[in-house]
Amino acid sequence: MCLGVPMKIVSKDGDTVMAEVDGVQREASTALLGEEVTVGDYIIVHAGFAISRLDEEYAEETLRLMREVFSEGDMA
Amino acid sequence: MKFQDEFRDRALIRIMADNIAQMARHLESPVNFMEVCGTHTMSIYQYGIRSLLPDNVRLISGPGCPVCVTPVGYVDKAIACCRDPLAIVTTFGDLLRVPGSHSSLMEERARGGDIRIVYSPLDGVALAQKHPERRVIFLGVGFETTTPAVAAAILQAAALGLTNFQVLASHRTIPIPMELLTADPELGLSGYLCPAHVSTVIGGNAYKPLAEKYQIPCVVTGFEPADVMQGIEMLLKQILGGEHRVEIQYRRAVTWEGNGTAREIMARVFEPSDTAWRGLGILPGTGLAIRPGYAAYDAERVLSLTVPEGIENPACRCGEVLKGKLSPLDCPLFDTVCTPETAIGACMVSSEGTCAAAYKYGR
Ligand code: SF4
Repeated sequence: MCLGVPMKIVSKDGDTVMAEVDGVQREASTALLGEEVTVGDYIIVHAGFAISRLDEEYAEETLRLMREVFSEGDMA
Repeated sequence: MKFQDEFRDRALIRIMADNIAQMARHLESPVNFMEVCGTHTMSIYQYGIRSLLPDNVRLISGPGCPVCVTPVGYVDKAIACCRDPLAIVTTFGDLLRVPGSHSSLMEERARGGDIRIVYSPLDGVALAQKHPERRVIFLGVGFETTTPAVAAAILQAAALGLTNFQVLASHRTIPIPMELLTADPELGLSGYLCPAHVSTVIGGNAYKPLAEKYQIPCVVTGFEPADVMQGIEMLLKQILGGEHRVEIQYRRAVTWEGNGTAREIMARVFEPSDTAWRGLGILPGTGLAIRPGYAAYDAERVLSLTVPEGIENPACRCGEVLKGKLSPLDCPLFDTVCTPETAIGACMVSSEGTCAAAYKYGR
C-alpha cells in the first residue's frame, strides 16, 4: 500500500503530469513535490501524487558503488 | 523501467552475497536486522534474500504493512460507514478483505454496500463532486507516504466547498514504534533497514534520534534486491566498525531533509494523536488525526461513529508477527486454515503482509 512506483513524466499540464511505466500511463499531481519537474524526469508516484523525484546521478552512483563491491568480490 | 534491470542483476547480487558472507565471518555474535516497510518484506521474500545470507545475519519483518497494523476496531467503523445507504465508501483495495469483528468490507459489498476501490484519495473527492446527493467516505489508512496525499485531498475538498466528502482516518507514523521495538530485549535488534518511500517524505534525519538514543545503525534502503543487499552490507560495515549512524542507501529518491512540501501539507490538516496498533496496543503520539479546523472532513466527528470494542480472532497471531516475534511459518494456522483466500488475519490479507509474503514466496 505504501507502494511507490517509479515512473517517467511524458507530459505536463500545470500541477498535473502524465507519467508512464511499462507502457501504462497514469495521471499524477505534483502538488506535494517541493521541486520543479519536467518531461523526461523520473518520479515516484504514490496514490495519485508524485512524492519524490528520482535522481539519475545518484542512481548511477549507487550502481557504481555496488559494482565496486563486485570487483572486490572478484579478487577474493 | 530505467535502472530496474541493473538493480535486479543476479550476478551482482550473488557477489554482494559473497561479500556479506565474508563480512559476517568477523561478527562476534549473530545480528538481527529489522525491516519496517511492507515493500521490503515483499522484496525480501520475492527475491529469496534470506537464502542469500549467512546464518548469523537474520532478517526480521516488523510492523511495516499499514493495513496489517490497523486494528480491527477501524474495520468495524468502516463497515458502520458503509451501512448508510447514502454512503459511497472509497478505499485502497488492500482493506477490502481484512476481517472486522463480524464482517469485512468485501462481505458488506456483497450485501449491497457501495464500496469502491480507488487509486487516489482525489478519486474520492471527484466522486463527491459528481454525486452531491451522496456522502463519500475515504478510508484513510497509511504511513507518512500516504498521509500527505490524503491531506491534499481534504484541502481540495475544502477549496471546492464540498460538504459530502469525509475521511475515516487511521494514519500513523513509524519512528516511535521503531524505538519501542529497539528497546525490547527479546527481539535483540542490531540494525534497521529503514523504509524507502516513507523516508522520501520524512527524510533520513528522522531516524537520527533513534540511532543515537539506542546506538543502533539505520540504513534507509531501496526495495530492489540489490538495494536490500547493499543496505545489509552497510549495516554490517557499521556493526563491524562499532558505529551507529543513519545512512541513506536509497539516495536516488531519499534526501536527509525529506519532502518538506509534503510534510507541510500533512501538518496543515493532521496533528499527532494517540493511536492503537494491532499487536502493539495504544502508542502515544504515533497517530495522525484530522485537526479540529478540518472537523467537517472527519468522518469520525461528522458521523459520530461509535462501535463496540473490536474482537480479534483469538487464534490469529498477527500481533506477534508484526512485532517480529513469530515467523508466519510458526503460526499453527498458516497454510492450513489461513491462506490468502481464507485469511484469518490482516497479515495474510494485505498484499504487503508478512504472512501473505511468506505464503506467496516463502515456503
Ligand atoms: S498465518 Fe493467518 S492466522 Fe497466522 S498470524 Fe498470519 S494472518 Fe494470523
